[in-house]
Amino acid sequence: MTHVATPHTHAPPQSWLRRHVFSVDHKVIGRQYLDLALVAVFTGMLLSWLMRFHLGWPDTAVPGLGKLAPTGAAGGVITPEYYLELMTMHGTIMVFFVLTTAPFAGFGNFLLPIQVGAEDMAFPRINMMSFWVTLLAFLVLIAAFFVGDGPPLSGWTAYAPLSAVGKDAGPGQGSGQTLWAISILIFCVAQLLGALNFIATTLDLRTKGMSLARLPFATWAWFITAVIALVAFAVLMPACILLILDRVAGTSFFIPAGLVISDRLQPHMGGSPLLWQHLFWFFGHPEVYIAILPGFGIVSQILPVFARKPLLGPRVFVTCLVAIAFLSYTVWGHHMFLSGMNPFSATLFSVPTLVITIPAAIITLLWIGTVYGARLRLTSASLFALGFVSVFVSGGLSGFFLAQPSTDIYLHGTYFVVAHFHFVMGVAAMFGIFAGTYFWFPKMFGRMMSETLGKWHFWLTFIGVYAIFMPMHYLGLAGNVRRYSAFTDDYLQPLIPLHRFITIAALFTGAVQLIFLYNLIRSRVRGPKAPDNPWEATTLEWSTSSPPPHDNFGGRRPVVSHGPDEYGAPGPRDYVMQADS
Amino acid sequence: MSTTIAPPPPALPIARVATGSGGPGGSHVAETGVWIGIGTICMSFAALTSALVVRASGAPDWQHLRLPSLLYVNTVALLASSVTLELARRRLAAIALYATLLLGLLFVLGQVLAWRQLLLQQQSLASGPSSAFFYVFTVLHALHVLGGLCGLVYVQRRRGAGVLSAATYKAAALYWHFMAVLWLYLLLLLTIRG
Repeated sequence: MTHVATPHTHAPPQSWLRRHVFSVDHKVIGRQYLDLALVAVFTGMLLSWLMRFHLGWPDTAVPGLGKLAPTGAAGGVITPEYYLELMTMHGTIMVFFVLTTAPFAGFGNFLLPIQVGAEDMAFPRINMMSFWVTLLAFLVLIAAFFVGDGPPLSGWTAYAPLSAVGKDAGPGQGSGQTLWAISILIFCVAQLLGALNFIATTLDLRTKGMSLARLPFATWAWFITAVIALVAFAVLMPACILLILDRVAGTSFFIPAGLVISDRLQPHMGGSPLLWQHLFWFFGHPEVYIAILPGFGIVSQILPVFARKPLLGPRVFVTCLVAIAFLSYTVWGHHMFLSGMNPFSATLFSVPTLVITIPAAIITLLWIGTVYGARLRLTSASLFALGFVSVFVSGGLSGFFLAQPSTDIYLHGTYFVVAHFHFVMGVAAMFGIFAGTYFWFPKMFGRMMSETLGKWHFWLTFIGVYAIFMPMHYLGLAGNVRRYSAFTDDYLQPLIPLHRFITIAALFTGAVQLIFLYNLIRSRVRGPKAPDNPWEATTLEWSTSSPPPHDNFGGRRPVVSHGPDEYGAPGPRDYVMQADS
Repeated sequence: MSTTIAPPPPALPIARVATGSGGPGGSHVAETGVWIGIGTICMSFAALTSALVVRASGAPDWQHLRLPSLLYVNTVALLASSVTLELARRRLAAIALYATLLLGLLFVLGQVLAWRQLLLQQQSLASGPSSAFFYVFTVLHALHVLGGLCGLVYVQRRRGAGVLSAATYKAAALYWHFMAVLWLYLLLLLTIRG
């Protein structure tokens, strides 16, 4: 491996606190993000268990819940309001603190500087700040469980005027909703700081020879995701400010005149609820890609490693990523076909929504083409990468029906949408996170994970998520509305057995994640020592030790002379590493 | 999974196509950071502008807000601070940098006085949409200016210690000039639509 000698830019810190807690090292920060996401994902999952249990057995008490939530679930039976609170917190925690923090901020932080051959991020202190601000946002959100009437019930989208008028709108709409808005505002700041670092590092800190054509695909995806995040969070941030002002300062940005809620005339004039939806979804749709594009990158990096073939059409892949990033800003109105906006604009948003499936489909074909005819090495990482392709396609296909206003009008308020977005952004992004974890864990912690447990984890999860979300398409087509807490006394009662099946599948799939948690903790402590390059991969992180030293390459920066996935080379070994001379 | 690694192939001439910057810290990274920040700030204010346009067009309660004339004095102070900063940067004159800091501070103080004037005329955040947007725009801008002032203080301290790089100076100046440009835009917007 070739190096250029560089002077140390910063010496490793000595104190335990500076090394492991308030560290400016991007690797520590990346792991902190991943740990935060781990706490968040189990919190969010517990909330979904409570919701699913209630949907299957609405009259049965959840043992112990009555004590935890005496108003929301007196005696352990969940009230409709409490159900909405659980739903709001589940969505908010999962979208912001799992699907954004883990694949983008977590893996991106740990790996992007190493993959471009840098010693750290461009602005290490800002990087540290971005994590601690994210943690603060999470704590503010969780605080909503413990104040006043509990957490908000206006959904993760916080539609105005429900989210804007205060506690007249229901339990949790007082201080709980205010905390929600403050939390998201803080989160925006954190992600903007993070995105700034990702972009500056990729542009300016690439090592000698790391041209854009040689940039690893995961780094490409993190870079483009950062650009999307920069624009998206820059819009959500002022929107949250306006929402907070409507709540606490008596302004009327989103609250119309003459609004009566809980028999009380609201003291507001002339605001526009639709304005909130426009601002929110201008962020909200790109957010879907913030969650999923890092997964695209991770999968595109992992599949060639285990197929021992270069990615098919690398330039096409990057072009498609850019196309998706651009188009993601033109489609937000497809979340609003039912909102009362001008029906003609529905067509305007429908067309780019259908067009954006083209680059997404091309990328899927590139993955399939890459593994086609390959002697695939089936590991936990490659299985989850393949699983990603499967669930992404399953979720993407239902998108065609929702992209068209005529069919969306029927399906929008139903479980069909729940199935769609859980598959395409929730489960797919989670599979990307799992694939990334199994793949990079040896590099992060210097120890191997158990492959046996990893494969059990994959197959049980794969079957589990299909058992949960596939039937929801049927529920939606049958007219089963979403956001309702129970279907006990109406035409939907015949669907209750299916709901119970889904609930059992959800409890099972959730429990399966304990295998992953056990594997994670056990391997971190007792896993066998990992070699520097256990998967025979080519990118720069595999050229350094496991785990990498403080400055990533031991005081010398690598020189890059090769592309990111030169597999199938003739000679004693079938791959050429990027840092090989 | 095999974990043995075959010996690397014989060495070839290095870096046949070297296009990464290869610098130890990227000398213009601060400027890149500021440009990215400018992009973000533009996006945020564009979002607020669109909110203003939507809110103003559809509501019967919109009343034009008469801007306090003090704002024009503040404008002159902010523009002058940009000029003194360039003087400081090109001639490396300490006095001009202090003048920039003073003018920047005067701008923020002037904005605070303008808010006081409006409040005395019963124009508060809650009194109507146009005054609400006025406060949102001007307060957010003033906060960004305060951030810029912190940056200039940092520049001054590094300069005093003799460790200020031209690139850092340029990046700080870029941000400061952008504050003036942003203010001119906001003034225009608030005059036309406010």
